[in-house]
Amino acid sequence: MKNKYFITDFVKFSKQLKTADVDAIQTELKEEYKALAVQYPKFHKMDLLSKLGFIATELLQKKVNFPSDTALIFQNNASSLVTDIQHQKSIQEKDAYFPSPSIFVYTLPNIVMGEIAIRHQLQSENTFFISENFQADLIKNYTQSLLDTKKASASISGWIDLNTEGYNVFLAFISEKGTLPFTTENLQHKFTA
Amino acid sequence: MSDLREELKYKIIEQLNLEDISVDEIENNDELFGDEIGLDSIDALELIVLLEKDYGIKLSDPKKGKEVFYSVETLATFIENNR
Repeated sequence: MKNKYFITDFVKFSKQLKTADVDAIQTELKEEYKALAVQYPKFHKMDLLSKLGFIATELLQKKVNFPSDTALIFQNNASSLVTDIQHQKSIQEKDAYFPSPSIFVYTLPNIVMGEIAIRHQLQSENTFFISENFQADLIKNYTQSLLDTKKASASISGWIDLNTEGYNVFLAFISEKGTLPFTTENLQHKFTA
Repeated sequence: MSDLREELKYKIIEQLNLEDISVDEIENNDELFGDEIGLDSIDALELIVLLEKDYGIKLSDPKKGKEVFYSVETLATFIENNR
C-alpha cells in the first residue's frame, strides 16, 4: 500500500557534557532563545525540558506551518528527572521545607507538550512515552493511527530527552506533504543520522 | 521604608523569573496581576512561599491574597504590619 504520510521536515540537536552541569544547559538554552528573536516571557519560567520543546518547535515552525489539530507524540528516557531533582532538593531538609510551586508544576514530562500547545494554539491529541531508547516503530505506529483515524491532520513526533549531562532532541513534522515517506526505517534513520 | 519595596522588587523578579522586567520598571503601585506586570496563579503561590521563607509570615487567610498581593506597596505594608 502506498504510504500516505511523509516526514515533511524535522529538527535535531543535542549536547553531551563531560559532567553534570544544569547551569551550563540553562545558560545555553537562554542564548538559543535570544537567537530566536521572539518575545515570549513565559519561556524564562519554564523548566529545561519545556525550554527544549519550545526551542525545537520554534525552529520547526520556521520550516512548516502547524495546523491547530497537530498531534504531539513524544518519547524520552529521563522523563522530567532534572526538574524532579530540583524539586527534591527543596523538600530534602525538614527544617527548610519550601517546595516551589513553579518548579513542582513541571515535575511531569508531558508539561512540555502543554507549553507547546499553548504557544502554537494547538487543540489536539498528545502522548508522552517513557522508554530506555527511541522506539521508531512505536512512534510511527502511534502517529499513523492518529492520522488514519482523523484524530489529527499532522503530528510533531519524536524524541526529547534531557538529563543533567545534556540533551538530545529529534522532532519530526509528519503530514500528507513531503517526499520522504513516513516509515519506521526513515524515522530511525533521521534520528540516528 | 523604601528599602523593603526595592528588596521585594528584586525578589519578585528573581523568584518568579521575570527576566524581561527590571526593578526600575516596577512602580510601587503597579498591579502585579494585571496588565502591568502580568503575574499568574502559580506566581501567587510562589509569593506565598516567599512570604513564609524570607519573612516568616504565613498567609493564614487565602482570601486576603488578592488584597495583599495587589502591588509591591500592599505587599510591603502587609509585611511591615505582620513582622
